[in-house]
Amino acid sequence: MEISIKEFKHCNMVSVTGRVDSATAPQFSQTMDAQMEKGVFKLVVDMSGLEYMSSAGFRALLAAQRNCKRYNRGEVFLASVPDRIREALELAGFTELFKTFADPLEAVGGF
Amino acid sequence: MTAINFPARFEYLDEIRDFVGENARACGFSERDVYSIQLAADEAASNVIEHAYEGISNASFEFVCDYRDDRLVITVIDHGKPFDPSKVALPDIKADLSDRKIGGLGIFLMRKLMDEVRYEITPSGNRLTLVKRKG
Repeated sequence: MEISIKEFKHCNMVSVTGRVDSATAPQFSQTMDAQMEKGVFKLVVDMSGLEYMSSAGFRALLAAQRNCKRYNRGEVFLASVPDRIREALELAGFTELFKTFADPLEAVGGF
Repeated sequence: MTAINFPARFEYLDEIRDFVGENARACGFSERDVYSIQLAADEAASNVIEHAYEGISNASFEFVCDYRDDRLVITVIDHGKPFDPSKVALPDIKADLSDRKIGGLGIFLMRKLMDEVRYEITPSGNRLTLVKRKG
């Protein structure tokens, strides 16, 4: 798993690639927490390079969504969710908790 | 039938997914099914590491893949505390964000992704069996 951050005017983009599982999810979580600690509560999670995500990653997303939504208009958007991962998120009933966008920049524009 | 012992640590989840993935591919499962099988095996392994072997750092568990009658049977054998996934309350996947429970999600996915999930406590260890039918 690799994570990079890109800063935009109204939000930050967290691009996560590779595999998010119980071994790597804590780092994914910490990266999103670090954005909130900096006062950024509008996050786009770019999943275009993501190959795999287990429920450990889903829990990290859920925690981030909860924390971001505590603040005025804060929210986590998901972008470019690969098919297999979207299917698993759907099974878990997570797609109703996140706005999803086909393209990361479209998600940035959504804020 | 193929079997491998893995150290019960999160760093080995990659290898566990590779092991069950190679077996599922060799049996002719679609890539979509291979992903489901890998995810279910990962959730099973993560639960054993987190719950059955809680606080134990040098434990190991065995993964067995067996294919017969168009069914891939994956058995996970551990020697930790008994932890029966079928006894865990399922999360309410319709609940609002604030009411969503964090726990039970892995078990919920396992049951959704596989055709059968069984758990037995035997003298030779705790056995979790995951079955996926082809087609």
